[in-house]
Amino acid sequence: MAADLRLDANAIDYVLLAFYFVLVLGIGYIARRHVSTSMDFFLSGRSLPAWVTGLAFISANLGAIEVMGMSANGAEYGLPTAHYFWIGAVPAMLFLGVVMMPFYYGSKVRSVPEFMRRRFGNTAHLVNGISFAVAQVLIAGANLFLLANVVNLLLGWPLWISVIVAAAIVLSYTALGGLSAAIYNEVLQFVVIVGALLPLTIVGLYKVGGWQGLADKISGGPGGPEQLDSWPGNQLTGFADNFLSVLGLVFGLGFVLSFGYWTTNFVEVQRALAARSMSAAQRTPIIGAFPKMFIPFIVIIPGMIAGVAVTELSGENKAALMADKAAPSGATFNEALLLLMRDLLPNGMLGIAIAGLLASFMAGMAANLSSFNTVFTYDIWQTYLRKDRPDGYYLRVGRIVTIIATVLAMLTAWIASTYANLMDYLQQLFSFFNAPLFATFILGMFWRRMTAAAGWIGLVAGTVSAVVVFVLTESGVWMLPGQGGAFVGAGAAFVVDIVVSVAVTAVTRPKPAEELVGLVYSLTPKESRQREVTGEDAGWYRNPAVLASIVLVITIVLNIAF
Amino acid sequence: MSTNARASAFDVRLIIALLLGVYGLVLTILGLFFVDDKDIDKSAGVNVNLWTGLGMLFFCALFVLWAVLRPLRVPEGQPPAEESAAEESTVD
Repeated sequence: MAADLRLDANAIDYVLLAFYFVLVLGIGYIARRHVSTSMDFFLSGRSLPAWVTGLAFISANLGAIEVMGMSANGAEYGLPTAHYFWIGAVPAMLFLGVVMMPFYYGSKVRSVPEFMRRRFGNTAHLVNGISFAVAQVLIAGANLFLLANVVNLLLGWPLWISVIVAAAIVLSYTALGGLSAAIYNEVLQFVVIVGALLPLTIVGLYKVGGWQGLADKISGGPGGPEQLDSWPGNQLTGFADNFLSVLGLVFGLGFVLSFGYWTTNFVEVQRALAARSMSAAQRTPIIGAFPKMFIPFIVIIPGMIAGVAVTELSGENKAALMADKAAPSGATFNEALLLLMRDLLPNGMLGIAIAGLLASFMAGMAANLSSFNTVFTYDIWQTYLRKDRPDGYYLRVGRIVTIIATVLAMLTAWIASTYANLMDYLQQLFSFFNAPLFATFILGMFWRRMTAAAGWIGLVAGTVSAVVVFVLTESGVWMLPGQGGAFVGAGAAFVVDIVVSVAVTAVTRPKPAEELVGLVYSLTPKESRQREVTGEDAGWYRNPAVLASIVLVITIVLNIAF
Repeated sequence: MSTNARASAFDVRLIIALLLGVYGLVLTILGLFFVDDKDIDKSAGVNVNLWTGLGMLFFCALFVLWAVLRPLRVPEGQPPAEESAAEESTVD
């Protein structure tokens, strides 16, 4: 028996929803007029201002999985979930902006795999490019399925109609307007999602009697008072020992998983590469970090409220779910946000909340598609299959590939509908690819001797070790409840990658120094890493290091306060 | 999108303002005239539509103000290249 999630949407909700979709398609149409070269299509002609790419940077990640998953985590674990933002995302985003972006943007590569090819040669490039492309199609399918599922639950549309309608909308604006359309829609999505979740949070807090009321109810509930402090987060990591729990959070989640995700995932980096100058590219993740710090308040807190205020999720239901059993009500934590919307929002506001949710699902899928078509066209098609064609040819390929990818995503959505758990596992597995990738990148950027062979062998070894840990924990050989398994897996992948890379480098020949200019720290002249400080990039408030310091201070304050 | 004079026709700030303005207006009207006690009870005594609507109108005004005070400019020293090609490009 599942909980009844059908929302009581009426005509006004549908009108507000429809208005949003008109704007989304309108952006695709307008953006298309500005696409004349493949660079316009794949990287927005490197012309966007930093605040646009910055908001798109976090919106691309603020997809379905994030919004629903983090509020579910909030309902289950409480405030420690904020670590995904404060220990996880924010420091990694600052690192990307301050340290790594000069190499990405400065070397004029068009994708993360292309950086891989210039630094480590073709084998590493193919390993990275193909695994990324496959992952994006699968994740796009998962996003599409979740989207259709929510439409089905909320509005009662049949699943297959939802899949087709959603895919058609996303396809039309990404194929027309390319990355610009995707990015502008991500900015719009950010506005709607905040406009929907912020009122929901405030009303929810009213409902439970303010922060104090929420705290009292959670302390008295199955989770206990430790759900109100972000440290040490034992329930989240699954480690009983405080010290190990903190270590797991800082090294596993904070350092390896998040740095791997935010600094090497092309879905994210692509948004920064679309910025109009080195300074704007550096500021992209840092500007994104400002809202990112506060997103936990509108995502996790509604989850926590749902865990005490929604009948289907509170009391004995929460206790059962926390013990990995089915709740008597039939609800799951994943439905926390939907149930809270159903309980609290009147018509009108409800339509906007649905628009916000659908927007975030679509933006996630559009981000997958727009990064997939870039990697496929530039890194696979142009590099290995059809070289040296005129630029218009690659623009055409990009559009056709977008269509093919959408069809593939509909197929993977169908797979996801029959094997829902399988998709969860795949998600987790792909997140592991990023941990060794980060190790390889960081070594490669700062250690000039590191060889091409070390690049790909380290990458493969790291990924294999993550998979081994994953299989061990999933099959129950090594018991790590909570999300500790993912932290340990990522840590293992990182360490193995470093060790293997160093060992292989010792016995192979490094690339000649002149091929590494612009790619390795010690071989890059200072000027080419420098950003402009004149005109649109002038002023202390546009200095990436200053902005990053401000973010860092606020994050530390947040960590102490909660 | 290439940086050129027509960029001003496509300022994402104005699109955000349009969205917030329409949503804010609809919600405010709903909150003022079409609200019953059942709705208010449901939302813990808060008139959600009204307050959210007013909030959105406020942010709409901020975005319009920003777009008016700092309009998009064409960076100097950049010839409006591939300007005409943009119009002709078609989907194949």
